Amino acid sequence: MGCSVEGVVAALRSAAEVVTAHRDELVELDRVIGDADHGENLKRGFTALVSKLDLSEPPATPSAALKLAATTLISTVGGAAGPLYGTALLRAATSVGDAAELDAAGVAAALRAALDGVVARGKAEPGDKTMVDALTPAVAAAEAAAASGSTVAEVLSAAADAADEGAASTVPLVARKGRASYLGERSANHLDPGSRSTALLLRSFAESAGGGDR
Amino acid sequence: MKVGLVIVSHSARLAEGVAELAAQMAPDVIVLPAGGMATGGLGTDYEAVSNALDRAESGAGVVLLYDLGSARMTAELAVESLGDPSRAYVVDAPLVEGAVAAAVAAQGDATLDGVAEAAAGAAREAFADAAETGAAETDSASAGAGDQEAGPVHTLQVTLTNEVGLHARPAALLARTLTGLTAEASVEVGDQRADARSVLGLMGLNARFGDQVVVTATGPDAEEALRRVKALVDRNFDE
Ligand SMILES: Nc1ncnc2c1ncn2[C@@H]1O[C@H](COP(=O)(O)OP(=O)(O)OP(=O)(O)O)[C@@H](O)[C@H]1O
Ligand SMILES: [Mg+2]
Repeated sequence: MGCSVEGVVAALRSAAEVVTAHRDELVELDRVIGDADHGENLKRGFTALVSKLDLSEPPATPSAALKLAATTLISTVGGAAGPLYGTALLRAATSVGDAAELDAAGVAAALRAALDGVVARGKAEPGDKTMVDALTPAVAAAEAAAASGSTVAEVLSAAADAADEGAASTVPLVARKGRASYLGERSANHLDPGSRSTALLLRSFAESAGGGDR
Repeated sequence: MKVGLVIVSHSARLAEGVAELAAQMAPDVIVLPAGGMATGGLGTDYEAVSNALDRAESGAGVVLLYDLGSARMTAELAVESLGDPSRAYVVDAPLVEGAVAAAVAAQGDATLDGVAEAAAGAAREAFADAAETGAAETDSASAGAGDQEAGPVHTLQVTLTNEVGLHARPAALLARTLTGLTAEASVEVGDQRADARSVLGLMGLNARFGDQVVVTATGPDAEEALRRVKALVDRNFDE
């Protein structure tokens, strides 16, 4: 019981809804230690993605759907989240190859590729107070779940749980990458917006997978 | 055919201003601003950067300079999606000084490597100035230039005859004299070694008047690198 291209498209649409619903929250988080645009950036990117999904030929494979999401975010987000999530999705698209269905191991591998993409693009390490702090434990949890025979939905939900914890762990950190790093010590005691959006995105994928195929 | 420049910024006005300033000293160089979002707000616009990159390419390659954060990442993505990504470099340099230095180098028909190096050299100068006032601690700039084949190792032994040794200004002059060359070069004093292009590294050698210095260079223009260093030492670093 894997995830077909319809499943990937449904997950992307559900991500768009979640990002839109949390737009204000993400803007507020980014107002405190950034430039108050993270929620708006992501809403703009995912709204553009949904209109492409509505208007053009449906993507034929999971890889094509991920690639469409990547190029749309890269060209519409306008902040760091654009190239970062865009590169993550591009790497994920390459990782799944021409598979018609993603199994649990394939999803975990795609998440690993996504993390590698974010790190290659932004050069952040765990502890720098960025989305990497949410994505790193999420990938480890996804891989562990896949190795122990979980379903796609279970793998994504393990990833989302770990990402929630990872995001929470950014609160005490002093930012060393991104705009918040200009604040130095004053960036401590605030949740990193990008780590929060990573956790939200993974949760939306998990819920979409759970609803569709259990 | 000259190397083109693209100025990537979050702000349309900043990109335009930097491009204007750089172009003033380089009338024949294409310097294109790619700033702000298509909708008018602050941010970086991938399509705008990609378009500018295409239009700045006249056959000699393109150097991109950026202001901060996503501007760098967007510039890198635009370069990666070129048919031949080795035709453009994203250079880590102070935006204004880097753009002016790059434009002047391009106007003088420097190669893509040379223009990138000129921009990165502006960073080293800025760091050297800061070091002189005791403020800087930072990595040496990277030109983003590709790897070069190593080739034979050339060495030069000289004695420092200038009064202050490899202090900030002489160190900056030494690093700068290699501008435009692709040779890898390092400087050794006793058992300490530093990259000849790293002003802070050179200063860290603490080389004084009368010290013996060994300069090593590899790469296609290694001999030229040593010749320039020797000329500089012989001139007592113009002190
Ligand atoms: N170098 C980086 N590596 C990993 N994540 C990063 C990096 N820089 C920023 N981020 C993440 O991006 C989030 C901010 O995204 P947002 O869309 O608000 O971009 P921004 O910082 O406003 O962009 P810009 O660089 O254009 O100013 C941060 O909370 C952080 O998680
Ligand atoms: Mg922001």
